[in-house]
Amino acid sequence: MIENLLMWIENTAVAVFMRENATAFPLVESIHVLALTLVVGTIGMVDLRLLGVSARNHAITKLTTEILPITWVCFGVAAISGLLLFSSKAVDYGHNFFFLGKMLLIVVAAVNMMVFELITYRSVKNWDSETPTPFAAKLAGGLSLAFWISVVVFGRWIGFTIGGAF
Amino acid sequence: MLQSLHAFTEWVANTPLSLLIQNVSWVIPAFQSVHILAICVVMGSVALIDLRLLGVTGRSQSISSMVNRLVPAVWVALVILFLSGSVLAIGEPVRSLENPAFHAKMLMLLCVGALTFFFQHMLRGDVAFWELSPARRATAKLAAVVSLLLWVGIIFAGRWIAYTEAGFGN
Repeated sequence: MIENLLMWIENTAVAVFMRENATAFPLVESIHVLALTLVVGTIGMVDLRLLGVSARNHAITKLTTEILPITWVCFGVAAISGLLLFSSKAVDYGHNFFFLGKMLLIVVAAVNMMVFELITYRSVKNWDSETPTPFAAKLAGGLSLAFWISVVVFGRWIGFTIGGAF
Repeated sequence: MLQSLHAFTEWVANTPLSLLIQNVSWVIPAFQSVHILAICVVMGSVALIDLRLLGVTGRSQSISSMVNRLVPAVWVALVILFLSGSVLAIGEPVRSLENPAFHAKMLMLLCVGALTFFFQHMLRGDVAFWELSPARRATAKLAAVVSLLLWVGIIFAGRWIAYTEAGFGN
């Protein structure tokens, strides 16, 4: 079932183009790298603020409203470019430990963010400009930082375990 | 010139350190990961500063406070980039040092480094330097666009190192 889906993805016109055009893959990969560095770079700033490490004189709500829209746009770009890269060798990626691990890590990072947003962040008014931040906020920031760093490391390892240029 | 560079890369490729990096399979991906994480620090900071200069976001903070908060992190990240990049270049000297994409990357890096240094230097003398006149505000915006373009170019060139025919041949 999943095998058939991977095969089908790999045989779509877009996937064939990504595989056969010499410029398509490096171009989309560069866009992917650009987008992901912006995702991790911006989310990392919010995480460090939650940990109480940096930007301590800036209110958390101000930081999140100014920074996170950029993060979301870049995440969209990273997801779309990533899907294009994946399509080119869907079967190989679908069986690659680091690719599967990376996807799992992104899901876990998303769950961490949702838990923070739905529970911890509801009381943000009480600790918006405070340091040290509450333990729950520190935990969310620390976990987020660890998950996203792992996403980058796993992502880089895909290139070394799947063949092709790295 | 090209020949002496080639002789140099050949020499580097045969040093014990290079051989070690070549023979331990996790070294290159590990240092590439560190390299990319440092680029995350640079790109996140540079994007916020440049978007602030362009008036897109972050208007609750002054330009100088943002520059003073973020640029030091960029310089630290650049040191990490230089060190991790050196390990990668020592491990694969022909692939990098004899690669036109690598040369383009270094050239753009020099340009953006000089631009950032100059921009920060002017702020050091006067925190409102880039906001004092319409001409200076326009210059700051131009600098922001150029800086963003150069960093995007650096990332593209960096990735292209993997896809460019390297080596001057014999």
